[in-house]
Amino acid sequence: MKILVPVKRVVDYNVKIRVKADGTGVETQNVKMSMNPFDEIAVEQAIRLKEAGLAEEIIAVSLGVTQSQETIRTALAMGADRGILVETDEALEPLGVAKCLQKIAEKEGPGLILMGKQAIDDDANQTPQMLSALLGWAQATYVSKLEIADGKAKVKREIDGGLENLEIALPAVLSVDLRLNEPRYASLPNIMKAKKKPIDTMSPADLGVDVSPRLVTLKVTEPPKRAGGVKVESVAELVDKLRNEAKVI
Amino acid sequence: MSILVIAEHDNAELKPATLNTVTAAAQIGGDVHLLVAGHNCAAVAEAAAKVAGVAKVLHADAPALEHGVAENLAPVVARLAADYGHVLAPATTFGKNFMPRVAVALDVAQISEISAVESADTFIRPIYAGNALATVQSKDAIKVITVRGTTFEPAAAEGGSAAVETVDAGSEANDKVTFAGLEESSNERPELTTARIIISGGRGMQSGDNFAMLEEIADKLNAAVGASRAAVDAGYVPNDYQVGQTGKIVAPDLYIAVGISGAIQHLAGMKDSKVIACINKDEEAPIFQVADFGLVADLFQALPELSKELDKGA
Repeated sequence: MKILVPVKRVVDYNVKIRVKADGTGVETQNVKMSMNPFDEIAVEQAIRLKEAGLAEEIIAVSLGVTQSQETIRTALAMGADRGILVETDEALEPLGVAKCLQKIAEKEGPGLILMGKQAIDDDANQTPQMLSALLGWAQATYVSKLEIADGKAKVKREIDGGLENLEIALPAVLSVDLRLNEPRYASLPNIMKAKKKPIDTMSPADLGVDVSPRLVTLKVTEPPKRAGGVKVESVAELVDKLRNEAKVI
Repeated sequence: MSILVIAEHDNAELKPATLNTVTAAAQIGGDVHLLVAGHNCAAVAEAAAKVAGVAKVLHADAPALEHGVAENLAPVVARLAADYGHVLAPATTFGKNFMPRVAVALDVAQISEISAVESADTFIRPIYAGNALATVQSKDAIKVITVRGTTFEPAAAEGGSAAVETVDAGSEANDKVTFAGLEESSNERPELTTARIIISGGRGMQSGDNFAMLEEIADKLNAAVGASRAAVDAGYVPNDYQVGQTGKIVAPDLYIAVGISGAIQHLAGMKDSKVIACINKDEEAPIFQVADFGLVADLFQALPELSKELDKGA
């Protein structure tokens, strides 16, 4: 079985983002970029399946600017076998991304697509579900446990009120949640080896997909700042403030 | 044009997030129709008909719709959507799970988790964990939208008298996905997303056992218990406790953060709370920058004191 793992290049998790002064977006120049943390969990899971003998090949796919190659290299250094970059300067939206991934999945024929449940930049939480719908494959979102046997996957999904169990037929699209695993760090020898692994580059047009945006971003602003309050000296004072000043208890 | 809102429910009761979504729909303007799709869920349809501001309830009933499986629900919604200008669902794990499939069926973009309605085609949504707000305009004929509940007041659950109309529930019981049971959190306390008071613990709690100290206080305040991602990652509590960018978004009257440093992604989930209090021994912790009332203290001393103090005035 092949496993396809889409990975997104995003502003690093630890960077405090800045809204551009002209309100057109968020500053990404000279900002540390990394793989979307949820996608790292997806890559890790794919590697574990391969290590367990359940998969033969892991393909990391990214869409976006040329530098998205670096994100693919990160996946290759972790243990993916080869990469595909769909290169474009267009501002990508989940629907366009899902359509490109659909074409790649139809060509590569993976048994499983593992992806992060959401990207921490646009927080859309759409692409896995859209890809599953486009392919007509089973979907399981927010997966925190995965067992594969007999051409089926048993998954536990993190939902608001607890956990949901699903049994799904393969091929399937799974979006992964935090508790599925802890991603490994790439070792230096593996980082060196990853430089020799192949990355195919193509454009959305090569895939026959129109990725022009459907939404117009009119402006991006900073949220209203919350004013800090006061420090209290004791638990008694805290309770007094909550009871008599804020009147919330 | 009318607006279709997809109700979240468990075949017995309407979930509160539905009411916030109805309010968002009302702000867009137009008749609000509420779809109750499930199995043996007539009681929910009746409750939905009483929600203030709802003009019509559509009731789709079929075994395949019992558990809200996305592959079965999305086609029912997509078929109905053709008659509407907007389709809205709560941005909960229920709504987020199936709505992108509706968008695909209609070949339109989805606008995720809106926090404000500017006009019928323009909406505000948080990005980057709420550290920026994007104003986006949709040119699609049908707008598929999920709604962040905490930024819209709930519609009144009583007062309406909408007609209930039975609609085609489809026959799309797919053979690819089988529901295999729910493991509900055995939590007798209020739900995080609807609680008036929340007390949350972070890595500073040091263990899952220590969350008992928070639970004791929660019981005195009728509060829900939450946690930071760090506490979930450390295995202290299950993921459904998690408040933050990747967990639940909450906005209670009072949020008490205990042993939580205040990472960006946690603040994203709770900074709209009306009043924030925090207890942390590190006075430099970022949580103090957003807290209305901050106490620099060792939580292992402060929590028992807090518990006693609450007994005094109660």
